[in-house]
Amino acid sequence: MAVAREAEPVGSLKEVREAGLDREDLLGVYRNMLLTRGIEERGHILYKQGKIPGSFYTGRGNEGASVGVATALGPEDVGTPLHRDMGVHVTRGVEPWRIFAQYMGRSDGPTRGRDGNVHMADARLGLIAMVSHLPAMLPVAVGCALAFRIREEKRVAVGWFGEGASARGDAHEAMTFAGTRRLPVVFVCDNNQWAYSTPTHLEYASETVADRAQAYGFEGVVVDGTDVLAVYREARRAIEKAREGGGPTLVECMTLRMEGHAVHDDASYVPKELFEEWAKRDPIERFRTWLRENADLTDDEEGEIASEIKKILNDAIKRADESPLPEAKTVTDGVFASPEDLDTPHHK
Amino acid sequence: MPVKTYLQAISDGLRQEMQRDKRVYVIGEDVGVYGGAFKVTNGFQAEFGPWRVIDAPLAETAIVGSCTGAAIMGMRPVAEMQFADFVSCAWDQLVTVAAKQFYRAGTPIPIVVRCPSGGGFSGGPFHSQNPESSFAHIAGLKVVCPATPADAKGLLISAIEDPNPVIYFEHKHLYRRIKDEVPDERYTVPFGEARIHREGDDITVVTWGAMVYTADEAAEKLAEDGVSVEILDLRTVVPWDKKAVLRSVEKTSKVLVLHEDTRTGGFGAEIAATITEEAFESLDAPVKRIAAPDTPVPFSPPLEKAFIPQVDDVLAGLKDLAEY
Ligand SMILES: Cc1ncc(C[n+]2csc(CCOP(=O)(O)OP(=O)(O)O)c2C)c(N)n1
Ligand SMILES: [Mg+2]
Repeated sequence: MAVAREAEPVGSLKEVREAGLDREDLLGVYRNMLLTRGIEERGHILYKQGKIPGSFYTGRGNEGASVGVATALGPEDVGTPLHRDMGVHVTRGVEPWRIFAQYMGRSDGPTRGRDGNVHMADARLGLIAMVSHLPAMLPVAVGCALAFRIREEKRVAVGWFGEGASARGDAHEAMTFAGTRRLPVVFVCDNNQWAYSTPTHLEYASETVADRAQAYGFEGVVVDGTDVLAVYREARRAIEKAREGGGPTLVECMTLRMEGHAVHDDASYVPKELFEEWAKRDPIERFRTWLRENADLTDDEEGEIASEIKKILNDAIKRADESPLPEAKTVTDGVFASPEDLDTPHHK
Repeated sequence: MPVKTYLQAISDGLRQEMQRDKRVYVIGEDVGVYGGAFKVTNGFQAEFGPWRVIDAPLAETAIVGSCTGAAIMGMRPVAEMQFADFVSCAWDQLVTVAAKQFYRAGTPIPIVVRCPSGGGFSGGPFHSQNPESSFAHIAGLKVVCPATPADAKGLLISAIEDPNPVIYFEHKHLYRRIKDEVPDERYTVPFGEARIHREGDDITVVTWGAMVYTADEAAEKLAEDGVSVEILDLRTVVPWDKKAVLRSVEKTSKVLVLHEDTRTGGFGAEIAATITEEAFESLDAPVKRIAAPDTPVPFSPPLEKAFIPQVDDVLAGLKDLAEY
């Protein structure tokens, strides 16, 4: 039997208001989810057109989970989002054209062509660029929380990981340390049921990943990751608990990875019925229906939001395409930082 | 000027930085209540409290990884590996995360990882290694190997100030054996500047860490035969002072590269290759290398003695060069 708590779905607009979101916020959440999907859909097209080198990953099906958690972050909070968490970058306010520039290996991408796809973050928005090795960013997120604890700041760090990567020792060490010191960190597991082609039962033998939390001395909770409002409520609860000195929480967001591991992968190993079942729970469609039923979302508003997003994407791709490729002679620049590079918001 | 052990110099340097800069904190296994396996942080927790002298769980990945996060948040973490050997458990955090973050993401990672290294006391395969060459190969990491008490303090302060991840190898065999004058005031020793440990005209020895003293004993013996040896202590392996090495080679025209780390792919190979590339015309003999054999560090005294370069090995090497 599972040890972790199972989160309640969110019901009425009243409940949502109590959780801290007004109607304007809700439309913002909807916009962020659409923009997240839009960026990845357009990126996919650019990839097929040969405009994006390397590989291409999307988080289709995870838009509710990523936007939901990011919406619960405070302005001074920080996080280490992963390859299914475009919604976090979008919600924190990264400029979409810079994401396309990153995809295309241009000078104006957040990594200036030194790294590709979602291996990026805008440090000014409190995000730290992921590395490939999973889940190596969890100990880093714990370190952010440690800094907040040492300085007695009421800030929280969020570290994301996949259910597959939960098998690696980094997750264990990060949670052990965070638990012993009750650090202000929230661990978010994007459980999309597959790690490349590997199903969950070959990654962990407990019923849920969140069950582990108890062993580390904190609470675990499983939430339906296709319900953006339920994710938001649980993430907010966990983040505010951490902020008030209540220690870590492990929030496991259940979704299905709705595409292959990356665009080269047809995901033929995922049963068709599973895709069909989860397609009915598409997080964006679910939220749109909820907004129509509970928050009087109108056709006009929907149309307005859709054309606004289309314009953002078109402008972003155009601007990214104008960004130059990095110059070959800069390849050896910036291996080491100089003292003036410490002139960042965090180091001041 | 007060005379201090190498260990005391490290301890004093660290304490001074912690007194001066509230962003500096120490984290490691048993560093707090116990004062560290070698007592480098003895008394620190009483002075700075449990949140600046942090007893970590046995979890090197969490120790080093958390330093990276805290550094990005503006702290200046100093991690202690209980023994340099255990840094392998934090390899990914150093090599994959910390070393590459500035190049990729433009985020400086000012962390120091202190690594008590080196053999000589039957520590065996897991408590004796000198893994500096492995890290020297990783772009984005700086590698420091002090030999004297004064350098140990000044280089540690430079390491804490440096905006990059720095691996600081403190040689255990020098901890209490080596004593020398160490200024009380705060000072830094710049990275990438070799120190002439001994001046000479006939042969150059390029080395660092505990091997500086092995070379010195050999040079002393050879002086009786009228051969004058110059010993360059690199002090930092990344960056390394190429200019000083080439200058000395041009003067002496014969060179021995010496290290306690194993031979193949050791940093000495890089130095030897650079000398042949850039000072070939100055050489009167092939560059000679003396290093540990390509084996794990053995435990039993006769085996360990055969592993670590000894004064007689260096003396024989120097004689070969002198007679060449
Ligand atoms: C340490 C490590 N080993 C292997 C990989 C290659 N790899 C990239 S993503 C992935 C699957 C990850 O699964 P999961 O953690 O569930 O995240 P998901 O991709 O499903 O979101 C693998 C094996 C990696 N990135 N890191
Ligand atoms: Mg997965």
